[in-house]
Amino acid sequence: MYDKTNFSQEHINYIKSHKSFKRAVSFTRIIIFITIFFVWEIAANLQWIDPFIMSQPSRMLKTVITLSKDGSLFLHTGVTLYETIVGFVLGTVFGTIIAIVLWWSNFLAKVLDPYLVVLNALPKTALGPVILVWIGGTTKSIIVMALLVSIIVTIISVYSGFSNCDEDKIKLLKTFGANKRQILKLVVLPSNIPAIISALKINVGLSLVGVIVGEFLVSKEGLGFLIIYGGQVFKMDMVMMSVIILAIAAALLYLSVLWIEKKVTKMM
Amino acid sequence: MEKVVEMQDVSMNYHSLGGETQAIKSLSFDILDGEFVSIVGPSGCGKSTLLSLISGILKPSKGRILIKNEEVKGPSKNIGYMLQKDHLFEWRTIIKNVIIGLEIQCTLNKESYKSAEKLLKEYGLYEFKNHYPKQLSGGMRQRAALIRTLTANPDLLLLDEPFSALDYQTRLAISEEIWLIIKKEKKTAILVTHDISEAISMSDRVIVLTKRPAEIKSVYDIILTCENKTPITCREAPEFRYYFNSIWKELDVHV
Repeated sequence: MYDKTNFSQEHINYIKSHKSFKRAVSFTRIIIFITIFFVWEIAANLQWIDPFIMSQPSRMLKTVITLSKDGSLFLHTGVTLYETIVGFVLGTVFGTIIAIVLWWSNFLAKVLDPYLVVLNALPKTALGPVILVWIGGTTKSIIVMALLVSIIVTIISVYSGFSNCDEDKIKLLKTFGANKRQILKLVVLPSNIPAIISALKINVGLSLVGVIVGEFLVSKEGLGFLIIYGGQVFKMDMVMMSVIILAIAAALLYLSVLWIEKKVTKMM
Repeated sequence: MEKVVEMQDVSMNYHSLGGETQAIKSLSFDILDGEFVSIVGPSGCGKSTLLSLISGILKPSKGRILIKNEEVKGPSKNIGYMLQKDHLFEWRTIIKNVIIGLEIQCTLNKESYKSAEKLLKEYGLYEFKNHYPKQLSGGMRQRAALIRTLTANPDLLLLDEPFSALDYQTRLAISEEIWLIIKKEKKTAILVTHDISEAISMSDRVIVLTKRPAEIKSVYDIILTCENKTPITCREAPEFRYYFNSIWKELDVHV
């Protein structure tokens, strides 16, 4: 589209300064990362901090290697990832379905409004023990926790997207004689794909909260189990390692949702 | 000539908890086949309400509206509605946007699809049929919106300030273009506008409404002497100023 050979000196300088800014940002990020781990390692070696309590990067790495050897690290990470993905997909799907029902019936939406507000304010993790008793100490109750944490926010945000749909666009469809189902299918749902995807983005984080709390309570497997177990037997290396793996997993999940968003918006 | 629209003593009230607002008060007029009628009036006088009533989206509080001798009971295939903005759906291609009315009315088949393509071809949008609305200029989008309306093959077109979202130059060009299309397709049209020149230059008749509750203040049969009558040439007719001044006085604008 552009003729690259024909840029003016001014434009070349502009591009150069933009590139060097971006480089500086990435460079600083990496430096901060390395410094933190480096100082942590040195401080522990020189006994400035107690590695038994604060752990230490090299000890964490050793834990990674031992746990990888017997495969348990992959099991625990895999379990957490699986529960989180199932949780946030179910949360988004059911949340959207309920939002559709509320959009359909203004009466129901008005009736349920205060309940939703209270449920939204309530920390859903407080229901953890109840769910544990009702469903039992299995993966199922962990997934239900993840679902509970994410579903209310999804309902509220997607429903508000639905009710803010452009009235004139709906009027246009009505002039063609569209019924409610057609209005939903042709304008309300497609124009709210961005709202649904942003709910998906929020739900990745929220589901992880539900999953980790669930694993604390069920205490069988998963990164949450490693953290709570490590804490109880004072294996801080295991705790710290699990937290870092959790951070990486969370970042990867978020990136994959971003990737989905990119694909979908491109299609639209 | 055959009457396409008959308004018989139509009134419309809006209700809110704060009270009742009378938007339209016993309005009666007829619109004949092939006529282009403009409705002007002070802002907020219920012009858009009038179109919503004719299209069947709203029901009148009193009175009857007949379209081709049949009482309006809900949205009908006979009527095409054009709104202020084009409201093309960004996630659909132009052809998909154009056939949305057919989709809703379950009349989408090979034949109707072909006729939609034919309209696009005729009005210079065929090459853009697989483009998305955001790739088109404002004028082209408005044209696509008109084709979307025409595809459902209505007898009567309701134009609710369809040019007001456009800048002045585009507005003149597009109103000319759309006028030519409407005349070529031999459609009856009602245009609601607050632009007096636009009303005079496009219409056979201008109906002036009063402030709310809207009643008919006066009706002007527009007769302009100009060759090759189109909205832009009309603006140069000697009688144009006369109509403009009298309608302006009728509207009685106080700022």
